[in-house]
Amino acid sequence: MSPVTTETPLVELRDVRKAFDRKQVLRGIDLALAKGTILAVMGGSGSGKTVLLRIASGLIYPDSGGVYLFGSRIDRMSEEGMLPIRRRTGFVFQGAALFDSLSVFENVAYPLREHTRMSLREITERVHHFLTLVGLPDTDELMPAELSGGMRKRVGIARALVVEPEVVFFDEPTAGLDPTNARLVAQLIAQLRTGICDTAIVVTHDVEFAEMVADQMAILLDGRFADVGTPAEIHRSANADVRRFLAGELREI
Amino acid sequence: MVAQDLRRHLREAAVWYGGLGLLTVRVARNLTLPPSYFWLVAREIDIIGVRSLTVALTAALFTGMVLALQTAVNMARFGAENYVGPVVALSILRELGPVLTAILVGGKVASGITAELGSMKVTEQIDALRALGVNYIKKLIVPRLMAAVLVFPLVTILADGMGLLGGMLIAVFDRNVDPYLYWNTISYWVVLKDFLSGIGKSVVFGALVTLVGCYNGLATEGGTEGLGRSTTATVVQVAMGVIISDFFITKLFLFMFW
Repeated sequence: MSPVTTETPLVELRDVRKAFDRKQVLRGIDLALAKGTILAVMGGSGSGKTVLLRIASGLIYPDSGGVYLFGSRIDRMSEEGMLPIRRRTGFVFQGAALFDSLSVFENVAYPLREHTRMSLREITERVHHFLTLVGLPDTDELMPAELSGGMRKRVGIARALVVEPEVVFFDEPTAGLDPTNARLVAQLIAQLRTGICDTAIVVTHDVEFAEMVADQMAILLDGRFADVGTPAEIHRSANADVRRFLAGELREI
Repeated sequence: MVAQDLRRHLREAAVWYGGLGLLTVRVARNLTLPPSYFWLVAREIDIIGVRSLTVALTAALFTGMVLALQTAVNMARFGAENYVGPVVALSILRELGPVLTAILVGGKVASGITAELGSMKVTEQIDALRALGVNYIKKLIVPRLMAAVLVFPLVTILADGMGLLGGMLIAVFDRNVDPYLYWNTISYWVVLKDFLSGIGKSVVFGALVTLVGCYNGLATEGGTEGLGRSTTATVVQVAMGVIISDFFITKLFLFMFW
């Protein structure tokens, strides 16, 4: 099934397949993400959502098929060749993946120090702006080990956004969070639209959250998109498995 | 069953050697790429070199002492006790200095590298670097390799000196060998080539040890349990790698320079 067709996709996957050992995880995924779209990819545990996100961002290579970011084919690029393309994207990891030897400030400042010639004053201003945006002002000196799960995730979001990427990839942004923190993250993603970045792929198993943030939803079942459309269209899906998934009867694959 | 196990082991060995080879090629390709993280090289020199000196020098001192003791006692049976200096010096400069330094310092350094990179791998910090568009080979591996290639010969030189000093202490105070005779026989029988062959080995050992440590760290899978397995494997592989490669380097050097 071919989802979200657009004129100028920022992210495009063509017949992507991936297996681990002998388990086929993705069985032919087609996807085209236009600028200004937030796509929520949903599916049960082990359905291959994270694998799909990592392939789309160039962190892992597919076994076959084509992966395009900003129009460049990346599935045949070397790691070094992919670096300039990755700098135009942001990735929020499920476990935040903060650098545990660096403070919160240094974690968020890291991409700016690596890739820009900003002065210390400019870096400080921008880091503080983004930490305030994610609701964590005055946490500069804290180390990742001193943060709660929700705080870590928000620092991870600030680090991904600080370079003002053109596309952001979110891997289970609400997993392990209490409802308050989950709502906060949802508000943050919705807020991105106000100027920082209006294009994202959000991988989640949380139906309510997906409906809050996404323009488009794609349901990944058995390594393929079972249905793709707006949240309203997905709710009216003709596919019985999709309806069972949304009703919470098909979470585990 | 046995055939299956053998096949699995062979496959694992092929994956390990292949992966190590590919990593070496990638590191070589990245050596000249910008940016240059010189401050990271300086930091690694401190970690690999300065903080390993006590271990390397203590081991070298006692190796020189036991070598002099064994040599003197046994050479006395042939009336050749006065030649204890050259025997100790040749053994230390050509073999024991570089090999023991590589095993001790290398084991310590490489297991530390595996633990650090492995923990970064299992907590997705390496993927985070990649996602941020950072060249992790350049940032995490090249500085360690450059530091090791610079530091291993320097530590080996100091260890050589300490070993010779240990040998002299035993020769002079335990076996009553004249100290001038000890140093004179060394300077007469030992040539620059003997010293340089040991230093040459230490450069190769430095690179080997670092690459094994880095590869095992980057290949770590299976959470904290996998991290423990990788670190243990590094200690064993470094020791075996140094001993086995020492034979081939010795053969090569003898063929090229003797």
